[in-house]
Amino acid sequence: MTPEINGNVEGSFQLIGGNFTNAGEASTQLKMKLFEFGVDDAIIRRAAIATFEAEMNVIIYAAAGQLHYYITPENIKIRVEDMGPGIEDIEQAMQEGYSTAPEWVREMGWGAGMGLPNMKRNSDEFMIESVVGEGTTVHMTINLNE
Amino acid sequence: MKLSELAEKLSLKIASHTEGMNGNITGAYSSDLLSDVMANSKVGNVWITLQTHINIVAVASLKGLAGIIIVGNRQPQPETIEKAEAEKVTILTTSHTAYETAGQIYQILST
Ligand SMILES: Nc1ncnc2c1ncn2[C@@H]1O[C@H](COP(=O)(O)OP(=O)(O)OP(=O)(O)O)[C@@H](O)[C@H]1O
Ligand SMILES: [Mg+2]
Repeated sequence: MTPEINGNVEGSFQLIGGNFTNAGEASTQLKMKLFEFGVDDAIIRRAAIATFEAEMNVIIYAAAGQLHYYITPENIKIRVEDMGPGIEDIEQAMQEGYSTAPEWVREMGWGAGMGLPNMKRNSDEFMIESVVGEGTTVHMTINLNE
Repeated sequence: MKLSELAEKLSLKIASHTEGMNGNITGAYSSDLLSDVMANSKVGNVWITLQTHINIVAVASLKGLAGIIIVGNRQPQPETIEKAEAEKVTILTTSHTAYETAGQIYQILST
């Protein structure tokens, strides 16, 4: 089924570091938007998981951040930028199993070192930029039509 | 198999969203690592875990899981239950361990 998107739709969410209670709110709203547009369930799920992992990293590692999405009939572009410590070695961070999550975060079941690989796996295009001491930005594109 | 049938066989207690008991389950996934569940569970799976905090609701809802079974006599936190009701996520509890629960479900679903 072709999604019924008239024109382009965009929105953004503020993310606050340490706010685990509202984690997933941005992903849930995005999921509802895509559902309204009649996007395929499997594609919605990929977008939701990629977005949630990005949200979680801001909440766990950064002081604050912003999630921005832009939906067109062809794809959804998600940009998550934060004011956090940045990542020194992106290649290392992208490796499955690598994590610097503190003990109390691990007790919650985060810190498997699978979030960034999950984002990459669930998006059609994935890009991450980071400046140590300034912050990190993740760009993801998910095609809406196979 | 319906989640309600499984709950009856395993004597699971309902902690949230009773309506979800009518849903069908496609299998189960046992893990306490949230990103692992998002990577490796399948849509319609029931998720076996000892995690009780609020983030399990978003994982189950975004991944399209049939429900969550919290093992080892642990109880979901009040804010977890509240969120689960809002997001329509069924949470069940058991006094059994993850090993026992997964073993029983494996047997039930493969016979
Ligand atoms: N926004 C960010 N700011 C600073 N560091 C980050 C950020 N995102 C990821 N990292 C670093 O990269 C590592 C790997 O991230 P990834 O999301 O893959 O795993 P994780 O968050 O440690 O565990 P999981 O996502 O499986 O719960 C993190 O432990 C952290 O060191
Ligand atoms: Mg992560």
